[in-house]
Parts: sequence; structure tokens; C-alpha cells
Amino acid sequence: MKEKEVILRVENVSKQYRLGVIGTGTISHDLNRWWHKIRGKEDPYKRIGEENKRSTTGKSDYVWAIKDISFDVHRGEVLGIIGKNGAGKSTLLKILSKVTMPTSGVIRSKGRIASLLEVGTGFHPELTGKENIFLNGAILGMTKAEIKSKFDEIVEFAGVQRYVNTPVKRYSSGMKVRLAFAVAAHLEPEILVVDEVLAVGDAEFQKKAIGKMQDISKGEGRTVLFVSHDMTNIQNLCTRSILLENGKMVLQGDTVNVIKHYLQGSEETYVKSLEAHKNRKKGMQAIMQKVTIGDGNAKVITGKEFQMHVKLTLDTLKEFSIGYLFKNEKGQVIMASNTNQYGTKLITKKEKNTVTIVIKALPLAPASYSVSLFLGNGKYDIDIIEDAITFPVFWENEHILPPSKNWGSTFGSTSWEY
Amino acid sequence: MDTPQKNTNWLFEISSKSNLLDFKFKEIWQYRDLLMLFVRRDVVTLYKQTILGPLWYLIQPLLTSVIFTLVFNGIADIKTGNVNAFLFNLAGITIWNYFAECLKATSDTFKKNENIFGKVYFPRVIMPLSITVSNLLKFGIQIGIFIAFYGYFAYYNEAGTISSNLILLPVIVLIMGLLGLGLGMIISSMVTKYRDLTFLVQFGIQLLMYVSAVMYPMAIVIQKLPTSISWIVEYNPLARVVESFRYMVFTEGEFSIQYVLSTLGISLFIFLIGLIIFNKTERNFIDTV
Repeated sequence: MKEKEVILRVENVSKQYRLGVIGTGTISHDLNRWWHKIRGKEDPYKRIGEENKRSTTGKSDYVWAIKDISFDVHRGEVLGIIGKNGAGKSTLLKILSKVTMPTSGVIRSKGRIASLLEVGTGFHPELTGKENIFLNGAILGMTKAEIKSKFDEIVEFAGVQRYVNTPVKRYSSGMKVRLAFAVAAHLEPEILVVDEVLAVGDAEFQKKAIGKMQDISKGEGRTVLFVSHDMTNIQNLCTRSILLENGKMVLQGDTVNVIKHYLQGSEETYVKSLEAHKNRKKGMQAIMQKVTIGDGNAKVITGKEFQMHVKLTLDTLKEFSIGYLFKNEKGQVIMASNTNQYGTKLITKKEKNTVTIVIKALPLAPASYSVSLFLGNGKYDIDIIEDAITFPVFWENEHILPPSKNWGSTFGSTSWEY
Repeated sequence: MDTPQKNTNWLFEISSKSNLLDFKFKEIWQYRDLLMLFVRRDVVTLYKQTILGPLWYLIQPLLTSVIFTLVFNGIADIKTGNVNAFLFNLAGITIWNYFAECLKATSDTFKKNENIFGKVYFPRVIMPLSITVSNLLKFGIQIGIFIAFYGYFAYYNEAGTISSNLILLPVIVLIMGLLGLGLGMIISSMVTKYRDLTFLVQFGIQLLMYVSAVMYPMAIVIQKLPTSISWIVEYNPLARVVESFRYMVFTEGEFSIQYVLSTLGISLFIFLIGLIIFNKTERNFIDTV
């Protein structure tokens, strides 16, 4: 068996923060703590020695930003780290990049780790682009000789040839980011930690950056840990991901699965009860009871038939109309339709309480979408649920490559006649 | 590509435990280029967009010496032996300034660099080290002015004679650097928690100067003040350094090799304490600052 080498091993890493204000009114407290620290003893107020770390957590006003995280990263792998705000992603990255120390646990590494946490730190506005490339490179751990050998490449990648000898304070913010990313991307650490840098820069540069990251991992065999809220990027770059929730690692494995799990919280992906939905518009009757997509289990795939079953309680209605509306991750409306558009009235049948909405070939590009549902009595809406269910759409086509991230939310099957 | 390694062969480890005396000198050496680039940055950017630029290096010690001469030698009538009072004060201020500047600049290392420290790791001690080195440059310029004035006063025979002990000048500068850096690191570590210490530094340096024999010879203190007070000056390592420096250039005052060596010992000790506290702080300061 071809076992890939483990380059980074994270074992039971935890990080504790104290709630409230630190260091005020407790000088004696602090002095005592300091005295213990100086002697290399354990903090008397934390008691987080490995033996008793679990037993004491409940007693104090300390919180665990991350707790007992363990995973391995293999050489040449791009590992995605997914989680909501406050899940502990940044704390984990800070510990990995040695900015702060774990409260307990060990990280072992076989390679230099360099981090790209918010690029551009350490740029001095008065220094020229050239001087800043050297300074920033050195801050990130390169030697002068290394930077010199890559200098032209960096400048070219950033696309700032004209401004190399201009102070950075005259740069546009976009240029600064490009320059900073360029420096970091030409680092040669075995492990690169990247956090949300791609949120900045124009589409063209983002593409360049993603491409560079792919080169780094695939071409050069280096390892990348990648944190982003953008699931498309994660999906494009990472083969394996870990999911953090409230400081704990809830899942690790195949990126597609992890994303699916993340987008849905911990509930089932394609089934959602609507009885007491929090997004039901005020004053509406709870007629829609449950929505099931497909058979409730199979993946939704671009270009394939899409079925959505909505369970209803129709006792009070003789006839009804129904509509749907898709929104993308940014909340933009992608497509919508309703029975009125088709001049169709649905007559209530005693023996049937589920209406099925069918879209023959789903024209949505792979990403995450929400569906809002509307139900009317033929004259006006009597039940509206905004973003009733959110689910991912996947790409599964052997002959066609998936559309790029910035090609929009829809995909139309195209033939090329010539 | 590396040769295949066993799984136990890790390059490094990050954990909550650390050796108190682990100074990671190897790592600091690896980052030496960064040290020099920081020095360069400090020097290049310090006087950008100022009118007088590096002239400030000269104006500050000269004006201070003039004032001291007026007050302490003119009004208070402190005698400075064969040496011109202005030159005497300039000597004290020149060597004192190196210490004061190092201390002032290093004492808010953590606070000032919070932003960059919070995002990238490099041995934090590089920062105060670079400050100490870039101040050395400033010190060099100020020594330059001192030499110019020394030449002038020597022509009028008001500058004493140079002592052969001048070869120990590097040691004296080293002591001042170590003291400034050591104390600065201790204070900067404490500032991460108690912000008001920064105000104390400015004020404290002022006070310290008055008990460090900068503008008077040490002998006068011992002669004029009761021992219950004069010991503050007599056993103050800073005062010893200032006095030794003056002896080297003027052959006036007190001096002995043991004197210098014991002070070097003290400064090394303070530096070491500073380094330990600094290393302890750097691990987690970002959570408290």
C-alpha cells in the first residue's frame, strides 16, 4: 500500500481563553500566576495539566476556543478547514503558525510552516515596493538570498513592475494585496497556512491565486492548509477537509462530504421539516409541513432532473398554488417560478398531501443554494417560508469540466456547432 | 526532496510546555537577515518626511548639554576638573542616550508590534535586538559629534587626556546596550498586561538619569551627600558606566577594571532575566495584549 508520509500531526490540541477582562483588579492574582510561571510551574488558576484538564473546565470562567483537536496532514495535500464564525478556525491557524501557543496538546511537524494570515502585515508604507518585498519575505522566514533569487518572479506575479521603486503608501489597496500574496506565494515552506486571503483582489487575481495554490500543492508537492468561507474554493482546491464546530472537530474526510455536512449543520441535507420553521413569514398559516429533495438522500447534480416534494395540510383549501425561488450563497435570486405562471390550478385531493415540483434539467452551477417556498389559495399567498432549505448542488459529469467559480450561478448545457 | 524519514523524526514541536532557558539561538541566527532588514527599515524610515532629518540626532544632545551646562555648572556651580563643563556633559549624555533610547524603544515592543506579531511568527526577540542595533548607528553619529567637540576643546587644553582604557569602550557600549535591552524586554513584557507602565518608562528614564552621574562627577555625590543617599548613585551600574566612559576619554573620575567587569556581569544578568521573561511572554501575549 502506498501510504503517504505524514508531515504534520496535531494531537489533542486545546486552547483556552479567559472570559471577561484580563488583568484588571487582580494584581495579586497575576503576581501569584507570574510567580508560578517564573518557576516553570503550572498556572494555579488554570489547572490544565494533561491529567485533569477535563475535570476542571466547568468550574472557571475560562472557555475553550478549540478543544482536543487531532488530525494528520500528508505531504502534498491541500487540507480545507471549514467552520462557522467562532468555530475556532483562526485560533487553530494561529497555533499552527506559532503566533500563540496551545494550552495543551502537541503539534509535530516535519516542515517549516509559514502563514498567510491576512497578507500585507509588516508592510511599511514609507518603504518602496522593492524594500517591502525583502522585508516581508524576511518576516515570513525567507533569507535575503532566497528573496533575491525570486525577486523578478514575485514582481511579475504581482503585476507591479512599474511601481517597484514607489513607496507602498502610494499603492492602491489591491496592489498591496497582490504584492503581499505574491511574496507569500513564493515562499518555500513545506507547509503553507492560508486564511481567507482570496476574499480580496479582483476576479482575475483570485483566479491567479487559486491557480498558484494548486501549483504549490500539485506541482511542487508542498502542503497547504486552507481556510475559507467560500465553499467553491474549498471544493476546487482541497481533497480532504476538516469541519470545526464550537471548537471541536466534528468531521474529517472527503471534502464533498464535509461541505455537505457543513452547509446543513448537523441535520440531514435534503430533508427539512417546515412545521415550525423560523423563517416562516409572520401571520402565515403553517400549511407546508416538510420538504424533501429527491429521495432525501441522493446528491443534487447540475443538469440532472430535480425533484422537490412538499408535504402540505390542505384541510381548509379547495385549491392552491405553489411557487419556489432559488437564491445563491450571496442571497441573489437565481431563478423562480410558480403555478400561476403556467396557468395551473391545483385542486385539493383527499388522498394526496404531497405536491412534487420537477425541474427537468437543473440549470444551477455547483454551489450552495437556498429555496424559498410560497403557497397561495389561488388569490394570495397564505404560507411563505424564506430560505426554507439550503443544500449543495454538485457537479458530476465525466465529459464536461465544472464551470469556474466566477462564471455565475447557472449552467446551460451547450453544444458547439461549427 | 528529503530522504524518507521515520515517523518519529519530527523537525519541530509546538506544545504548551517549554524549557525556561531555551533561547532558540539557532532560530534567531536563521532570521539574521530579518534583523538587518528591520535595522535598515528603522534607519531609512525614521526621518522620512521630517524637515531636519538626521540633524535631530545632533540637535538633541547638543541642546541638552548646553542646558545642563547652564544649570548644573553655571547656576549650581558643579566643578568638572580640567575638563570643559560642556564637553563633560556631552560625554555623559552621549553614552546615556544610547541606554535611554534602547530602553524607550524596546519597552513597548509587544504593544507596538501587536499587529504583526498577531499574524506571523518569527523569533520575537529579533524586534528589540534590531532596535538596539539601529540605535547603535545613532550612537555612532553622536559619538562623532562628541569627537568633533573633543578635538575643539583639546586644542584649548580643556579636554583632559585620553586614557589607555579607551580600548574598553566596546565593553562599555555593550553594557549599555545589554542594560537597555534587558530592562526594555522586562518592561515590554509587563506592558502587555499593565498598559500604564509605558507612562512610567518615560518618567522613570528621566529620574534614572539624575541618579546616574550624567551631569556631575561621581565623587561630588559621595562628597556632598550622606551615604544613606549617595549609595543610590555609587552602586548604580548606570552611573558606573557613565563614570567609566568619562574616565576613558578624560582620565578624570573613578575607574577600575573590576568596576567594569562587575557591571558587565550585572548587565548580563539583567539581560538574561529580560530574555527569560520575554520568551515566556511571547508565547501567549497575543491573548492578553
